[in-house]
Amino acid sequence: MPLVKNAKITTDLFVHVADGAELPGDGDILVPAQRFLGDPEALLKRTGKVGVIWPNNRAVDDLVPHLTRLAAVALVFPSFRDGRAYSQARLLRERHGYGGELRATGQVLRDQFVFMSRAGFDTFEVKKDADADAFAETMKRYSVFYQPTGDGRVTALHRRTQLRHSESAGQ
Amino acid sequence: MYAYDELDRTLINERVSEFRDQVKRRLSGELTEDEFKMLRLQNGVYLQLHAYMFRVAIPYGTLSSKQLRRLAHVGRRYDRGYGHFTTRQNIQFNWIKLSDLPDALADLADVGIHAMQTSGNNMRNVTSDQWAGVAPGEVEDPRIWSEILRQHTTLHPEFSFLPRKFKIAITASEHDRAAIKVHDIGLRLHKNADGETGFEVLVGGGLGRTPFIAKAIKPFVHGRDILSYVEAILRVYNQYGRRDNIYKARIKILVHELGIEKFSREVDEEWKQMDGGGLTLDHSVVEEVRSRFSYPAYEKLPHMPDELKQAAADPQFERWRKNSVAPHKVQGYSIVTLSLKPVGGPPGDATADQMDAVADLADKYSFGEIRVGHEQNLALPHVAKRDLPKLWKALDRLGLATPNVNLVTDIIACPGLDYCSLANARSIPIAQELTRRFANHGTAEMIGRLHINISGCINACGHHHVGHIGILGVEKNGEEVYQITIGGRADENAQIGALIGPAVPYAEVADVIEDIVEAYLALRDRPEELFVDTVKRLGVEPFKERVYATR
Repeated sequence: MPLVKNAKITTDLFVHVADGAELPGDGDILVPAQRFLGDPEALLKRTGKVGVIWPNNRAVDDLVPHLTRLAAVALVFPSFRDGRAYSQARLLRERHGYGGELRATGQVLRDQFVFMSRAGFDTFEVKKDADADAFAETMKRYSVFYQPTGDGRVTALHRRTQLRHSESAGQ
Repeated sequence: MYAYDELDRTLINERVSEFRDQVKRRLSGELTEDEFKMLRLQNGVYLQLHAYMFRVAIPYGTLSSKQLRRLAHVGRRYDRGYGHFTTRQNIQFNWIKLSDLPDALADLADVGIHAMQTSGNNMRNVTSDQWAGVAPGEVEDPRIWSEILRQHTTLHPEFSFLPRKFKIAITASEHDRAAIKVHDIGLRLHKNADGETGFEVLVGGGLGRTPFIAKAIKPFVHGRDILSYVEAILRVYNQYGRRDNIYKARIKILVHELGIEKFSREVDEEWKQMDGGGLTLDHSVVEEVRSRFSYPAYEKLPHMPDELKQAAADPQFERWRKNSVAPHKVQGYSIVTLSLKPVGGPPGDATADQMDAVADLADKYSFGEIRVGHEQNLALPHVAKRDLPKLWKALDRLGLATPNVNLVTDIIACPGLDYCSLANARSIPIAQELTRRFANHGTAEMIGRLHINISGCINACGHHHVGHIGILGVEKNGEEVYQITIGGRADENAQIGALIGPAVPYAEVADVIEDIVEAYLALRDRPEELFVDTVKRLGVEPFKERVYATR
């Protein structure tokens, strides 16, 4: 499964470690929420970065105290129809100021890239190779955005206001 | 009329390109039908019994003549020469080919029309009063706020994959023509004691298999905060709405299961933490949107022009005028409803030729503007009273002057088993038969206001629960049978109708409705007592007796 990070296909340095599976001695790991919360200190003191896979049916509040020490948070789309992780992503980015890697996992398809990026995801475990190849092109589909989110894209309302100011300045 | 600017136009063109790419990938097999389904639904494309069905948005029910002509063009070029106006200010085309859809969307995008989010589990077309901006006594034009919400809900990055569909309706009049109490969020525009504009917010209304009247969640949310408040509701719903069972996934179930108090606390908590969330609307932003709505340059005209006095001698004109013409906020003007409910016709259908002709009449008599209401009729919102006789003649020639607005033959019906893959029973033929039974306009007038709503399955697209008489088609042992409810209403006093008894077979529905109407005529305490008020006063029992005594 190709990984797209910061708009490029890249090698995934993180290893997914399932509940109960043995930890690799070193290297970067992504662990399920339950396992992480069981003993965060033990995981954080090993060599290698730690990321947490957070389920989409649990409020992110319990994750918040650990955010500054995490290298990645992976949110889950069990199906592309299930949009709970969009809310979690925005909360992590916009309310809790999380600045690390925010990864979309599960059924991640081309036609969700723009929504995911706008919600704050910067890393994508893409289901299909063709979709990963089309990432950069897909991100150019839209140039107009109505809603302010934490992604920094300028909204239509804001552009209109600027336009009005520049028009009145020119008069 | 709202005029799209360059940004609005760019976005819908980008949407068309995206969909063209998606259709191409589907046709090449790159996308599975399961993957494509969600994408086409987000563009208003359903797979129905015979073909793809294409649902196009008419935000807050406002169309220009140019836009209506383009809808006619789509009907003619890509369909079979007609369209069907729905109960949520959309138009549907029933016979469209998948490979034609991107072109049809591109043709519509040229005139600022789109089909974004007319289906799928996202925020649907924001609807409003079809008399917005012209109804006397309105607080202010609700379309300004509808447009702000339309923009905000379009391609929303957080709420495009909700547990289920989500519908918002707005009214600004005391009499609710937008059925806000049967919406996921209903907004009633009003002013607080300081004269500031805001909204009473209702939540959790809806029909379908578990009908609920919306509950009040906040008596007043200031206009500047409406986006953040709506966003808070959506965020709670997106996270906690049920996804395990499609029939329990609407927000009405969440509100019902949590109770309105707890739900309201959750929303308040979220809203507090959002602290505006960058969504606070400053005055200039609202004014910016307002400035892109244009209003006609009305003339100073007499209340009672000579043309109208003369035409009053014609009883047919008078019958139509009394039925279909409503007061306008500007003296000398009227709002004219165009009935899409001809005797024997399918409710809400208009041919491409009729649409073109209505567009011409709108140019001539209504400043180029047309409205679409949830009752599946059209309206010309700015007709000078002196033009009413000429307009009537033209509408009559088009078959659009049936004087039955709000009467027993002004039936709301879903497409039913004739078109819909979900339906269990036919709707349209029932409606057609009823219009024939009550074809005598004198009788219909004597009966007075009476809304009949017909749904061909439990999903309730014909809003049968809130019909004064509701007819629900179900399938039993391979036969179509119909459950009849009475006493429902969709207005400011919204109410779910009560079942009168066991379901009746297809062939008997029209007889039963006639019995109910006859019972009403015998029971009403005076001619002015509406059917729905008689039911309220007496309950279901006397109607039930009448219907089942001989069956």
